[in-house]
Amino acid sequence: MGVRKILARGVEAIALGALEADCKCYFGYPITPQNEIPELMSRELPKRGGVFLQAESEVAAINMLLGACATGIRAMISSSSPGISLMCETFSYIAAQELPAVIVNVMRGGPGLGGIEASQGDYFQAVKGSGHGDFHFLVLAPYNAQEAYELTAKAFELAEKYRNPVMILSDAILGQMKETVVLKKLKIKRYPNETWALTGAKNRPSRIIRSLFLSSQELKERNLILMKKYKKMEKDVLYEAKIEEGDQIIVVAFGSMARIAKEACINLKKKGYPVGFFRPITLFPFPSKVLKNLLKNEKKPKKFIVAELNCGQMVEDVKLSVDGKAEVISLFFPPSVIPFPEELERKIKKCIKPLSSQKV
Amino acid sequence: MYKAFKFPKSLKKNLFHYCPGCHHSIVHRLLCEVIDELNIQEKSVGIASIGCACFLYFYIDVDILEAPHGRACAAATGIKRARPELIVFTYQGDGDFAAIGFNESFHSALRGEKITAIMINNTVYGMTGGQLSPTTLPGQKTTTTPEGRNPNLYGYPPKIAEIFANLEGVAFSGRFAVNTPKRVLETKEALKKAFFAQIYNLGFGYIEILSSCPVNWKMDPVSANKEVDKFIKFFSIGTFKDKVEKFLQGEKS
Repeated sequence: MGVRKILARGVEAIALGALEADCKCYFGYPITPQNEIPELMSRELPKRGGVFLQAESEVAAINMLLGACATGIRAMISSSSPGISLMCETFSYIAAQELPAVIVNVMRGGPGLGGIEASQGDYFQAVKGSGHGDFHFLVLAPYNAQEAYELTAKAFELAEKYRNPVMILSDAILGQMKETVVLKKLKIKRYPNETWALTGAKNRPSRIIRSLFLSSQELKERNLILMKKYKKMEKDVLYEAKIEEGDQIIVVAFGSMARIAKEACINLKKKGYPVGFFRPITLFPFPSKVLKNLLKNEKKPKKFIVAELNCGQMVEDVKLSVDGKAEVISLFFPPSVIPFPEELERKIKKCIKPLSSQKV
Repeated sequence: MYKAFKFPKSLKKNLFHYCPGCHHSIVHRLLCEVIDELNIQEKSVGIASIGCACFLYFYIDVDILEAPHGRACAAATGIKRARPELIVFTYQGDGDFAAIGFNESFHSALRGEKITAIMINNTVYGMTGGQLSPTTLPGQKTTTTPEGRNPNLYGYPPKIAEIFANLEGVAFSGRFAVNTPKRVLETKEALKKAFFAQIYNLGFGYIEILSSCPVNWKMDPVSANKEVDKFIKFFSIGTFKDKVEKFLQGEKS
């Protein structure tokens, strides 16, 4: 059977990835720039015996997801920045109750109502815990439509593997840009839910899914269990590195900014500049170890340049990873018109100048 | 010998944490009797919400999910839509259902979700110590309305059972009390109907139950039980909508 190749927006690729993973329920509320996801799901899910429901608010939608996920069914939600903020209370519950939910954020510019420009301004919110208490999502950041398709499908597997919410962190450019997507058949593993899902207490004792633990000892233990799980997720760290020995500068970027940065790095490399490229695909857990290992080499990089479509957020995680062993520069682009690779090249070159003069 | 009064099968043998004179324990027992009599223990999922009854799972022996404050009806919607074969109910207080969660409650009713919502109306926020709730009566003193609820500042209490009776998606709506034995029996019958509303796929089942809150009303249990009669003057008890009865009569004929 031939593999189907289509022209699709990033957001459509996300929806198709979810369907490929046999997602059975979708809940949402309209918000630009991700409306193609609910629109596609409203057409496709009922045909496949699934459920599509447009809620009265993002608050209701995320709680519908909480209910559906508690029954062990594959379910997802999508929104964009302001809508995601509305869901944050329930994110904390979903993480505390260890439910395998898939959440998509097609980021737009903030703060406040902001705008519908592309932005990566929700990095902190996605990665550092978007609600009260200590918790983390596993965060995946695709950088083209093909990855959006594949990573969204993979998100369902990872959510079940760790019984943890997984967030797809995309943005307005990646979401609205049309490009080729190869609709490969993907092998998405299923993890059993017979031991925890709420399906009615037939031939087994009744179950409780909760996050309230008034005994201080019990609450402490719950937190330690969650902490251990977040540590374990490091086994599934994903990244892309185009780094050669002798590269003095490493440009770090994720999502659509990584598309622009990668091209700038390749161009600079062609021109003889010692510039490497590094793209975290899992933003949590952050591929810190990979960056740390780079610094163990004798010819270690001298500088890390972190390019982002925000006022400098991921740069903090790079700094933590590098731990003072190299200079870390923030190349920030607040939500506006996105930069061309040439603009990035110029800015990166400025950081190289002192190095190349040393070389001579 | 025939034993007429038994311990409900679906009631766990845990001591209630509720204050003396609180009506939660009566309603818990009624809920379990109804679950037993309808034989739905094995396919029920309850939603424990935030308030005095957040420990619902210590008492009711069915699968239970905890929902954030006010969001019980949305979480119940998610469960019912994902697995329509389950019987899904929420157990909420007046603050949870009618204040912070009003939007979720109202829209679930509008959609005619096939779920059962039980709202315990004691006119105050019980768990946090007796503050003003949407259902606090005009003039009623609470810890945040020490001079009594002033309608110029806080408006009037919503009569949810009457409002919901006007929504097409609602199949059963009524308000009941459990402060006399007769009313306990009436409440049980109504509770059954609120479940039949979803069992027969007729629509949203809503039941509001007036409850005493002796501690926050600053009364002894006996006086608080009598006080419920005063509340009935504002919150009249009875059935305001009943598609279930019509359906059952149609079945018979």
